[in-house]
Amino acid sequence: MAEAAKRNPVKELTKGIVKDNPVLRLVLGCCPTLAITTSVENAIGMGIAATIVLILSNIVISALRKVIPSRVRIPCFIVVIAAFVSMIQLLVKAFAPSLDAALGIYLPLIVVNCIILGRAEAFASKNGIALSALDGVGMGIGFTLALVLMAIIREFFGSGNLTLKVLGFGTSLTDLFGLGDSNVLSALHMDPIIIFILAPGGFFVYGLLIALINLLGRHQGKKDAELNCCNVMEDAEGNLVLVADGKTIVMPKVETTPQIKKVEAEGKEAAEA
Amino acid sequence: MKLVAIMLTTIFTQNFVLSKFLGICPFLGVSKKKDTAIGMSGAVLFVMLLATIVCYPLNLILTKNGFGYLQTLVFILVIASLVQFVEITMKKYMKPLYSALGIFLPLITTNCAVLGLVTLNVQEGYNFIESIFNALGAGLGYGLAMIMFSGIRERMEGNDIPKFWQGLPITLVAAALITCTFLGFTGVIENMFGA
Repeated sequence: MAEAAKRNPVKELTKGIVKDNPVLRLVLGCCPTLAITTSVENAIGMGIAATIVLILSNIVISALRKVIPSRVRIPCFIVVIAAFVSMIQLLVKAFAPSLDAALGIYLPLIVVNCIILGRAEAFASKNGIALSALDGVGMGIGFTLALVLMAIIREFFGSGNLTLKVLGFGTSLTDLFGLGDSNVLSALHMDPIIIFILAPGGFFVYGLLIALINLLGRHQGKKDAELNCCNVMEDAEGNLVLVADGKTIVMPKVETTPQIKKVEAEGKEAAEA
Repeated sequence: MKLVAIMLTTIFTQNFVLSKFLGICPFLGVSKKKDTAIGMSGAVLFVMLLATIVCYPLNLILTKNGFGYLQTLVFILVIASLVQFVEITMKKYMKPLYSALGIFLPLITTNCAVLGLVTLNVQEGYNFIESIFNALGAGLGYGLAMIMFSGIRERMEGNDIPKFWQGLPITLVAAALITCTFLGFTGVIENMFGA
């Protein structure tokens, strides 16, 4: 791979953290981003689990990229990813049962996280093992950081607390200040805005962050963040363009039947008259 | 009565999109126009029902033989192949249905709502009929959210929105508002059926 040899390993690692952040720039994997960012602890747990799956699946898919026929590559990728997710699921169940309870169905749903399948399709299936692993590490860190950032905003304003824990070890903001059952916001004579940790807060904070990133990006002449996971657009000829998992499918426009066209034309004439 | 309660709960209080955050990507991506939103939600409902019917007996076989840990792997493979199969059959034998719903099928293979639904059915311990009603509720709730949201987005089209809020950010804020309205359903179904 001549092209791959030219790639700079450091850039492959760092691009996922800021420039191509999977959550805030590429807009992949929205479901866990919105669902589990109600506490920092959950965000870190989810980030680590997804990162491990991402790195391992990137390595395996990259190693098998010349063996997998391109026609059945997506099912093959899914099998590899699902195998690793099942392993992580069992490990979390055994060693971090509280995290398993907190993440609930979102843990098995890492299988359908667009980031992992998207990176497999867009990167690991075209590049060498080392580069794919670095890409996985970078994207995983970027995903975790974005989750933690969102969780900090939501948890702090929503409950006046921050659970700074990794796998059950660590502390929380209320413990740190010795506030007991109270929270930081009430200590400052303010009330927590509960809606931030409820469902609407997720959408709102995510929108706010993307708007901020867009604002910063515009100064550097970058394009706005665009949904890359499951998007439907129309191109110039009126064909539907589906974007899913890092690949683009163009659906030719469905021809309207002559009868409908005639009715439409008559309608237009009537309107003009 | 329990069946109706299950269905209404998944439509309103535990809406898949607006309270469980499943299938957010198509919710944001396919809701630009009402007709694509309707097509997508029809396809999702169809696949959800089929996936439930197929995955329920499979799960019984798996747990009976002590392979419960393979659940995720088996479910996602079954769903992916099912979607492919439905797409091919629709394309060949049901042309009108294909042009209305089928074109969205490639988007559903990795839709977390479908996998989430079959996983939830297992976790909640629903029997076959209850699972079907849960799937029906999930699909209808999905459609409700999609169609409502596409109506809002069609209206937003000509609005004067600050530059960096255009596109995705304002869509997310609109979704936040629509979610607020669904919060109002909290507890309604439980009180109605005394569950």
